Amino acid sequence: MALIKCENLTLGYEGRPVVTGLNFEVNEGDYVCIVGENGSGKSTLMKAILGLVQPLSGQIIFGDGLTQNQVGYLPQLTDNQRDFPATVREVVYSGCIAGMGRRPFFGRREKEIAKNAMERMGILDLAKRSYRDLSGGQQQRVLLARALCAARKILLLDEPVSGLDPKATIEMYDAIDRLNAEGVAILMISHDILAATIKASHILHLGRETFFGTTAEYEASRTGREFMAAP
Amino acid sequence: MAQILEYLSYPFVRYAVIVGVLIALCSSLLGVTLVLKRFSFIGDGLSHVAFGAVAAAAAMKLTDQTVLVLPVTVLSAVLLLRTGKRAKVKGDAMIAMISVSALALGYLLMHLFPVSGNVSGDVCTTLFGSTSILTLTAADVRLCAWLSAAVLVLFVLFYHRIFAVTFDEDFSQATGMRADRYNMLIAVLVAAVVVLAMNLVGSLLISALVIFPALSAMRLFRSFLSVTVCSAVLSVVCAVLGMAVSILAGTPVGATVVAVDAAAFLVCYVIGAVRGV
Ligand SMILES: Nc1ncnc2c1ncn2[C@@H]1O[C@H](COP(=O)(O)OP(=O)(O)O)[C@@H](O)[C@H]1O
Ligand SMILES: [Mg+2]
Repeated sequence: MALIKCENLTLGYEGRPVVTGLNFEVNEGDYVCIVGENGSGKSTLMKAILGLVQPLSGQIIFGDGLTQNQVGYLPQLTDNQRDFPATVREVVYSGCIAGMGRRPFFGRREKEIAKNAMERMGILDLAKRSYRDLSGGQQQRVLLARALCAARKILLLDEPVSGLDPKATIEMYDAIDRLNAEGVAILMISHDILAATIKASHILHLGRETFFGTTAEYEASRTGREFMAAP
Repeated sequence: MAQILEYLSYPFVRYAVIVGVLIALCSSLLGVTLVLKRFSFIGDGLSHVAFGAVAAAAAMKLTDQTVLVLPVTVLSAVLLLRTGKRAKVKGDAMIAMISVSALALGYLLMHLFPVSGNVSGDVCTTLFGSTSILTLTAADVRLCAWLSAAVLVLFVLFYHRIFAVTFDEDFSQATGMRADRYNMLIAVLVAAVVVLAMNLVGSLLISALVIFPALSAMRLFRSFLSVTVCSAVLSVVCAVLGMAVSILAGTPVGATVVAVDAAAFLVCYVIGAVRGV
């Protein structure tokens, strides 16, 4: 069974649809890229999967024992956080709260999860640094580590490389690749169609026409050819 | 020093110090979250609502004003939070409207139903808390202690969750936390603190008590925990210092405490600028 399956999903705000009749699924180990023009509803879809936006119609089904609070999420960067006084450790630990039930304080289990996540993202040496003093690439890796603390099997990434310099972009893609190789399914919004077709196993295209299929199918499709040819 | 010790032998001075410290502590803890969440306006709006409620309670000749003021302020906190979040357009104007109406209505009520012969004196006391902290009864102090204890316990128990919601509401909600409930908790706690702080600094100066220590602490520290602790310590020290000065120099308590808070902010600002934070 699929980790996440969307059936005939229509999304929008205040009754006004943004995405209509969407069907796709994400299976264990998949690497799905969501592409499409600005305003086509990519972030909205992600928020719907996370339960932040209610679907107008249709269904989002979680399978394979996945529950909604086991989805890791890397949001688009917001300005609010740029001057926030918090250490890397504090930010990463906050990803563990979902798994704590009603316990008020972190225990040994959370310490291990957080340490493991920081290790995998290569930020263990930054633990005591202030989040706001880090470079954009480092900040993204901190947020990815936080997402890992919450996630079991799947990560949702909203434009993880936007605003990063080329070196940080490559590092970020490598980190995501490693996680995917370890068996974590990836659902990523990307502006970079070239990188998407290189990295992804499946492509979900939102826009006037929606498309969902393997990357090879997408490259052969009319939607895909037109979108990739556009400047 | 001897003079201060002598003053401390009076119960009303001791009460004032206890209540002042508790209020300073609670307001500064919540202040960090309010400032970081860009919710400072709620503290300000609520203080005006609380003023209106106090005036209404006085007009109704209630002996225990908190019975009316606390529920009204908590309810307004919930409403203000809703308006501030929902209405993208004119949300801030709405809040300004509510708070300024409460202010006007309060003043009107105080005029129509004067409690004493000196209306402007009463208004001044409610707005700037000039002497009310020195007229506390043991019952006031008990109520204040209970409310502060509740604020402190809730803050400590939910500390990590408050951090998570403050840092990134969407992420918290996506991982199964009910972010709106925590916003509500924060708003209710702020309402309680505003009602308490009316005693110390009066309704117009409450925002200062909430915002200054947090802003000062942020100049000096870079982790959430150290900012929270520093803010609490700074706030308590400023409150005690301010009250001591006001007793010795005979200046109004609320205004003196706020002046000390402002001075502390300037010092922190300069230290922060020198260290290049
Ligand atoms: N909170 C909101 N309320 C109303 N409309 C919104 C909201 N968020 C996004 N939209 C609208 O929904 C559409 C899709 O937005 P979004 O999902 O952010 O697009 P993308 O991420 O693909 O650029 C846009 O037209 C946007 O204006
Ligand atoms: Mg987007």
